[in-house]
Amino acid sequence: MSEPTTRPGAASGGTGPPRPTRPRHGSRGARLLTRVRSWLPSLLLVSPSILLLGLFVYGMIGWNTRLALSDQHRPIDEGSFVGLDNFVALWQEARWPAAVNNAIVFTVVFVGGALLLGWLLGLLLDKGIRGEPVFRTLFLAPMAVSFIATGVVWRWLMNPAPVERATGLNALFVQFNLDFLVNTWWTAPDFGMAAMALPAIWQLSGYVMALFLAGFRGVPEELREAARVDGCSEWGVYWHVVMPQLRPVTLSAVIIIGHMSLKVFDLIIAIAGQQIVADVPAVYMWSTVFEVRDPAKGATIASYLLVAVAVFVIPYLVWTMRKERSEGR
Amino acid sequence: MRSRWWSVAAGALGLALVASGCGGGGRDGGESQVEVFSWWTGGGEEAGLNALIEMYEDQNPDVEFVNAAVAGGSGTNAQAVLEGRLQSQDPPDSFQGHAGAELQDYIEAGYLQPLDDFFDEQGLHEALPDQLVEQISYEGSVYSVPVNIHRSNVLWYNPSVLEEAGVDGPPETLDELIDALEAVEAETDAIPMAVGAQWTVDHLLESVLLGSLGTEAYNALWEPGADWDTPEMAEALATFEEVMAYTQEESAAEDWQEAARRVSDGEAAFNIMGDWAAGYFDELGAIPEEDYAWAASPGTEGTYMWLSDSFTLPVGAPHEEHARTWLELVASQEGQDTFNPLKGSIPAREDAEPAHYADNPYLESALAEWQSDPQLAGSFWHGVTVGNRWKNDIDTAVGLYLQNEDLDALNEALHQAAQTE
Amino acid sequence: MSQSAPDRVIAPGGGTAGTTRRGQAVKFAVLVVLAAFFLMPMYVLVVTGFKPFAEATSARAWLLPRQWSTEGWAAAWTALAPGLWNSVRMVVPAAVISAVLGSLNGYVMARWRFPGADTVFTLFLFGMFIPYQAVMIPLQQIMVSSGLMGGLFPLILAHTVYGIPICTLIFRNYYASIPHTLIEAARVDGAGLLRTYAHVVLPVSAPAFAVTLIWQFTSAWNDFLFAVFLTGPRSWPVTVQLNNVAGSMVVPYNQQMAAAVLASLPTLVIYLLLGRYFMRGLMAGALKG
Repeated sequence: MSEPTTRPGAASGGTGPPRPTRPRHGSRGARLLTRVRSWLPSLLLVSPSILLLGLFVYGMIGWNTRLALSDQHRPIDEGSFVGLDNFVALWQEARWPAAVNNAIVFTVVFVGGALLLGWLLGLLLDKGIRGEPVFRTLFLAPMAVSFIATGVVWRWLMNPAPVERATGLNALFVQFNLDFLVNTWWTAPDFGMAAMALPAIWQLSGYVMALFLAGFRGVPEELREAARVDGCSEWGVYWHVVMPQLRPVTLSAVIIIGHMSLKVFDLIIAIAGQQIVADVPAVYMWSTVFEVRDPAKGATIASYLLVAVAVFVIPYLVWTMRKERSEGR
Repeated sequence: MRSRWWSVAAGALGLALVASGCGGGGRDGGESQVEVFSWWTGGGEEAGLNALIEMYEDQNPDVEFVNAAVAGGSGTNAQAVLEGRLQSQDPPDSFQGHAGAELQDYIEAGYLQPLDDFFDEQGLHEALPDQLVEQISYEGSVYSVPVNIHRSNVLWYNPSVLEEAGVDGPPETLDELIDALEAVEAETDAIPMAVGAQWTVDHLLESVLLGSLGTEAYNALWEPGADWDTPEMAEALATFEEVMAYTQEESAAEDWQEAARRVSDGEAAFNIMGDWAAGYFDELGAIPEEDYAWAASPGTEGTYMWLSDSFTLPVGAPHEEHARTWLELVASQEGQDTFNPLKGSIPAREDAEPAHYADNPYLESALAEWQSDPQLAGSFWHGVTVGNRWKNDIDTAVGLYLQNEDLDALNEALHQAAQTE
Repeated sequence: MSQSAPDRVIAPGGGTAGTTRRGQAVKFAVLVVLAAFFLMPMYVLVVTGFKPFAEATSARAWLLPRQWSTEGWAAAWTALAPGLWNSVRMVVPAAVISAVLGSLNGYVMARWRFPGADTVFTLFLFGMFIPYQAVMIPLQQIMVSSGLMGGLFPLILAHTVYGIPICTLIFRNYYASIPHTLIEAARVDGAGLLRTYAHVVLPVSAPAFAVTLIWQFTSAWNDFLFAVFLTGPRSWPVTVQLNNVAGSMVVPYNQQMAAAVLASLPTLVIYLLLGRYFMRGLMAGALKG
């Protein structure tokens, strides 16, 4: 097994278009040919994936965009181009802004919660502790289970019944005389979606833990030792030495969790079904496409989702690429 | 090391190809099959469907029956799958749908064949109530064969809770209901009116509208462009709001069966839910007239607010001939009398044999009522009177009302929904 | 359970300066509390599975069954059995093919680039992020019009295609951490693209394969959306059967929860058995952004 790199940005490794291994003194055409020969095989190797993704990702995005810009509001209509009308119309409803608001609350709590809990778990396990493999497996396990499977349990656990009829977690609170914790969970208007993030955090904080643990252990012991020699406390070592090294890991966790969060569907359906109180764009889109049967409006919601994800992801991708290039060359 | 990796990779790839290669044999297999799509995958519904399948296979030994049932909250997943298949021109041979306006989009899109000749051939115009045939017709034609009838406007109540609250018997009007709810709240620990998630509130709303407006005015609501901005509607919605004030606060996290169960367990006094609740109470082992009892929802005595599961014949059904024999079976007296006692519903046909339903007190009473020529009203929530778009608008308005409790906004949204249709 | 000694090599075990015995005890207690939180839903699933129909309610969620019953498990098994084999036949090729393609792509993107490789890579990655509902109907239309609808093939194709981006990402980052000299040496020896891959790169790829295979296996196994759309009654995988256990009107919660446990077992077992390879793969540089 190879050594882990200490520099996460070392991906490009300065390869670039490979130089011919031996200098040649042929004609210009021959040189070009050599160069093409050196990268053509690699292009060919990737081409099946390029074709598949071109069709199934970009073809579909194109199809979706065309629909979103049309007035095909029933499957049987012939749509014609209407510009951004659908995009504007959504904001004039009562339902859409509420759904967007819910998605934002959910995303903030989910991303923040998963990072925090995952980081805490990683920290607790980093130095090695009795039963570490057991804990690690346990924290990772929820990732293996789908919400189709656990949704009903979470609906039971987060039952908003008041103290006298409390069930689920509320019953547990009552049992331990923590009545003040009894709450209405996700059924609360406005910020109920914060509670909805709980099962999502449960599912993905193990993954964040794994990332952080990998990151912690990727920090060379010499660096930590040096800091200790400089008089840093163990906490100080984490704060000043380890955490700065983990910025790329944190960022990629934010991106992965953030985009999942914006598209969240299964979890909401499994716990709340289709109710306005827990409405999010992906659920709204589902009912628009498959129940109301309004292709143009459904495509518009999908476009907004895509834009939201893109706003998240594109700067990240561009930033990563730039950083690699500047470090690699 | 190297060679081991190669053999692992080669082996894995080989396995992958074999596995994907043998994945054939799907929808359009042989000539002699019939694929029927429904959302009956559990409980009495599945038992009823299986009994029908058995009859079908007995009568058509050469035809293989492909049961394409997909579950999901009164057909939500199922409808999405169906929608996709119809749009992709890959229809099953027959599919289940609620009879009435729910099929309207499919009809307009040209996905369904009219079944007028079939109705004539099978004598269904005589066998089914006239008002039923009228309510499921679209521009003078019928497009689906109703196999059963469920009742939506049923008030389930717990007799001992009522007794404890000093209420004698089920309330017959909405005013009596409000008084009873108040008495239950004051005299007992029980929840006065149990509801569940948002859709059960839609369900409650339709019974309140019917009870407050009367059958004729209720039926008139579903004409496109109908006026919902009336004093009568405002009064009906005010009553709805009063009833909602007596529901439990955790309802959003419960589904209909948890709400119904509160009645049979004595935790709640009332619940308004369709008559499939009777089958559920049976499964729980609850005793009729003791743990639970029923009446028409307040103000709706003499009216049967119905919904019906029905089967269709899609355009381009790959095995149309076999689909027709399936429809013949579900339309027949024998088929309906086999299916319905298991499913916990009554047949759409008026010539059903009451003996098949005699050992189920609820079904017996429901059948007697159905056969005594009641007034009919279609359930909007269960797709009889409105298409999906309109239904969804109402559901959204109700959901927003549950959030912000703004009754005027609800009335306005309901009115708008009727105008845009 | 894994006794992963090798991890200790990376992180020297407990008892470093600064961690006292009391600190360890507090840490352990916190971990136990957190473990209880993580196990809570599993407990409810299993316990409810053992209850008879009438007892399986939210009000009794925490309680042990008054009367232990296996009816839920039996019914769940009957309902799920046909889907299990379909799931295996779908997941294995989907995971393997996308991992192999991801490995080739990652190798090229990290080590043997062509002009514009970075752009192509960025475009690949964006594919991870599209909302699947937006592609459902066109995807189904493509499958029907090309006559592929019917078996498991459309589902395998969908999981493979939409799995390529993440697999490519994992492998690219992993290969970037392979010492540069190794590949350069092979090149100097005149080895071509494929020979370098086969002789130098592939033999050290095990950790990244572990991560991608586990990731793909889990997501394809647990997927419901594509499964319900792209397959027919005979090729429905286990998640669709699981959903069908829910019934349409009355939900038998005991059966549903028993079925949920059964349907999740294969992925859970994979995590139990291979969890440490997953961790090690992550540690070896994979999945770092």
